[in-house]
Amino acid sequence: MELFTNQVLAGIATGAIYACMALAVVMIYQAIDHLNFAQGEMAMFSTFIAYQLMQWGLSFWPAFILTLVISFIGGIVLERVLFKPLTNAPVLVHVAGFIALFAILNSVAGLTWDFTIKQFPSPFGSSGFLGSQLISTHQAGMVGVTLVLLALLYIFFRFTRIGLAMRAAASLPESARLVGINTSWMIALGWGMASAIGAIAGMLIAPVVFLEPNMMGGILLYGFAAAVLGGLTSPLGAVVGGFLVGIFENLVGTYIPGIGNELKLPIALALIIVVLVIKPSGLFGRKIVQRV
Amino acid sequence: MISKFKVGAATASAIAVLAMTSGNALAQKKYDTGASDTEIKVGNIMPYSGPASAYGVIGKMEEAYFKMINEQGGINGRKITFITYDDGYSPPKAVEQARKLVESDEVLIVFGPLGTPSNSAIQKYLNAKKVPQLFVATGATKFGDPKDFPWTMGWQPAYQSEARVYAKHLLATKPDAKIAIMYQNDDFGKDMLKGLKDGLGAKASQIIAEESYEVSEPTIDSHIIKLKASGADVFFSFTTPKFAAQAIKKVAELGWKPMYFQSNVGASVGSVLKPAGFENAQGLLFAAYAKDGSDPQWDNDEGMKKFYAFLAKYAPDMNKTDGSVVYGYGQAQTLVQVLKQAGDNLTRENIMKQAASLKDFTPDTLLPGVKINTSPTDFYPIDQLRIMQFKGEKYDLIGPAIEGGMGH
Amino acid sequence: MSTVQDSVSQAPAVTAPSKKSMTVSTTATLVVFAALLITPLFVKNFIIFQMTMVLIYAIAILALNLLTGGSGQFSLGQSAFYAVGAYTAGVLMENFGVNYALTLPAAGIVCFIFGFLFGFPALRLSGVYLALATFALAVAMPQILKLNVLEHWTGGVQGLVITKPDAPFGLKMSQDMWLYYFTLFVSTVIYVLAVNLLRSRSGRAMMAIRDNQIAAAAMGVDLPLYKTLAFGVSAAFTGIAGALGAIVVQFVAPDSFTIQLAIAIFVGMVVGGVGWLPGSLVGSAFIVFVPNVAESISKGLSGAVFGVFLFAVIFLLPHGARQVARMIEMLFTGKARSGSKV
Repeated sequence: MELFTNQVLAGIATGAIYACMALAVVMIYQAIDHLNFAQGEMAMFSTFIAYQLMQWGLSFWPAFILTLVISFIGGIVLERVLFKPLTNAPVLVHVAGFIALFAILNSVAGLTWDFTIKQFPSPFGSSGFLGSQLISTHQAGMVGVTLVLLALLYIFFRFTRIGLAMRAAASLPESARLVGINTSWMIALGWGMASAIGAIAGMLIAPVVFLEPNMMGGILLYGFAAAVLGGLTSPLGAVVGGFLVGIFENLVGTYIPGIGNELKLPIALALIIVVLVIKPSGLFGRKIVQRV
Repeated sequence: MISKFKVGAATASAIAVLAMTSGNALAQKKYDTGASDTEIKVGNIMPYSGPASAYGVIGKMEEAYFKMINEQGGINGRKITFITYDDGYSPPKAVEQARKLVESDEVLIVFGPLGTPSNSAIQKYLNAKKVPQLFVATGATKFGDPKDFPWTMGWQPAYQSEARVYAKHLLATKPDAKIAIMYQNDDFGKDMLKGLKDGLGAKASQIIAEESYEVSEPTIDSHIIKLKASGADVFFSFTTPKFAAQAIKKVAELGWKPMYFQSNVGASVGSVLKPAGFENAQGLLFAAYAKDGSDPQWDNDEGMKKFYAFLAKYAPDMNKTDGSVVYGYGQAQTLVQVLKQAGDNLTRENIMKQAASLKDFTPDTLLPGVKINTSPTDFYPIDQLRIMQFKGEKYDLIGPAIEGGMGH
Repeated sequence: MSTVQDSVSQAPAVTAPSKKSMTVSTTATLVVFAALLITPLFVKNFIIFQMTMVLIYAIAILALNLLTGGSGQFSLGQSAFYAVGAYTAGVLMENFGVNYALTLPAAGIVCFIFGFLFGFPALRLSGVYLALATFALAVAMPQILKLNVLEHWTGGVQGLVITKPDAPFGLKMSQDMWLYYFTLFVSTVIYVLAVNLLRSRSGRAMMAIRDNQIAAAAMGVDLPLYKTLAFGVSAAFTGIAGALGAIVVQFVAPDSFTIQLAIAIFVGMVVGGVGWLPGSLVGSAFIVFVPNVAESISKGLSGAVFGVFLFAVIFLLPHGARQVARMIEMLFTGKARSGSKV
């Protein structure tokens, strides 16, 4: 029983990582109806920017806030320059664009900061949480920040005019334009927000996994799995999905004898397929009905 | 009458002429493709992109080292042309690059290709083409097999060697240990695991917990939790840098204080211990064969002084505390020794012969007591290691050189 | 969040090229084929090796083209089928001593079944969801290949080294040249098969599904059958490419078949022009040679240069090589072909 509890707790800790990433994924999906495969690299790059700012002498919180601002603006710039011209191109071309972005960001990060691991400080410290030896204060902090982000997003989408406008632009672009919403800038805004959320995710994740250009690869995948499980249209789903994926992954590794550990990745990913087939809208998402 | 003097002179000249011509016959130059009077072409394959790109720095170091050698006049008057390609740690790409080096660039040897998968992919091809696959940059034990693959030779201690050294040390210092192991689930981790079990012999039954992890996992925290729960008091971490750092951190966070063994590839002070936190790594043990660039105890060491001088002039932005940087230097220096020994006989066969006859060769960067020795049946150049323990901010030597036992 | 129902009119994921422009005129085909036939006689073995790899990847890209351009289904997971094909060939050759030529149909059949089976869950997915599912498949595959239980046959992490076959009947040609012509033969056969498939009734059914799934269903097209069939055929062709790849490279290991490969095949299709079969060759040349070019510009930056090239292609030629071909064609014939879209 103790082992079970330990693994569940550890799963929540890793799950927080996935949940963070999943939030950024859902954010971009809400804005552009696509899955940005370069989301992880954008988060990684933002984290490196924060790292560099701190190397140049800034302390943690100023660097954190400046990075958020830079990431937000950066996201908008990327969208305006690289993806707006592609608006009418088929989905395929978009995906190719994401992949190109992925390659560029990864390469440039590697060239600028090289591929050895770097320490990234945590604002929460790393002693045991509430005396527990299983979850550190940092990991608890991560869970906390994720929940706060979730709450903020909920308020944003539900209760602010811009949030409403963004939702309208994403689901019914024609009608949105008819009521005067600038759908084009809504998309740009979505990118900026997703980029900023990704930066937060990256800065929370780096202290645990250590900062290096290839750090987000596996995490992005689990982030996708979490977002799909929770429902690509639901930030709450993303967070719940993240924790579930983390716990599930750990339990599989612990309790399936022999090959359990090797199958952690494939099984967690089989999750994606199973969920998508049985309930494509995930646990909390909205059903999409196709009108002919 | 012919004067004695004239006879003497004639004989002397005859002898002189004879000496010169036979000397010439002995010093006749022999070349294979890639070598000439003025140049030696050395090929190399490194992961400059992709998951293993942290090691790309080795290739850059070697390039700088050969530049220095060239500026000092080259080897026996010949300049080294170093041609290095990226394989992104992908075996098919490694095959393509190897073929390019051999068939298009026409190099004399392929030196220091990195990574077990890439080397496995090109081993058969290079041996079939009889091109030396010299000083491969991986510790996989299978690359020291002169019987089946006479053209392939490793350089760094084989992983099984290293693990055996740990076994010897453990048996000598803590024979009743309860052992937990975490290993990377690939050929590196499995090689070390085998070496440890072989080295422990009957005592392998004292291994009470074994956890493997995949490189694709973001963190290995859950494995550490399980291992601690087993109640072991000795922990072997057969991990690469990123996971090594995570493990050190997590073990400290959990308040677990086992006798901690770290595999060499993940033990660098600058690249692993520093990010993990020096305070978390106190007492950590590992088996070393090279000196650490961050260790002040080598500041006045002759060999390291040369290394630092080289860095300052030829590679000023390289990080001397990065183990890969030290590695590249030592490996390049060994190649230069082999090429020097080959003299004017620059055939591929002779290069392998010279590589297989290194006697007590000590590059600047190896620990005192660790020497390179090879023979036609011993293709493990470095087979000695010394146990070091981390204290404060550096490693202390705590024992003499121990034989890994893989070379015969 | 409540389960509010949204209505979304789903645009097709892929803009459909017209049937005619899915292939290229006969003269162009013959010219290219002749070039492919003669060039190996004049170049070094290494170049022949590279050309063989170009052909092999072209088969894989063609297979993806069939699936995506033909039936409108996404796949970022072709590397999984490629891997299965490669391992089938490797295992058969090294563990059971099967002749290399026979491994190709074996790989094809195994992969057809595998693809067909994967097609079933894929039936319910479309667009970005299918992309994600196939992406997951590609990422999981190396892991599956490393499984301990299969290690006895697959060689586990170490992989399998494969013996290269000699030219038959004692023909006086190098192994590389023989393998090249063998590959050329196989790829030509596959190309012809693919073209005929698209022109057939089944092909029309697939394209109807691609253009408007619901309309096609309403018209009586058997959706499940044709969609899974498309997956099966695509997987089979990719598997054959994988088998050829294994024989030519002489080595298979889990690390050879990562998501990078799936991405490369996908990129090759985009560059070549989606739904334009001859573009497969162009796309394949792109993914084999551009990284080398990028590397010569800057070693560490090769990924970035690749990305920049890709963006350049996307912006300047969103329909890939098909656009270039159309432009060249207009030069020659002085008018646009009837029925083709811009």
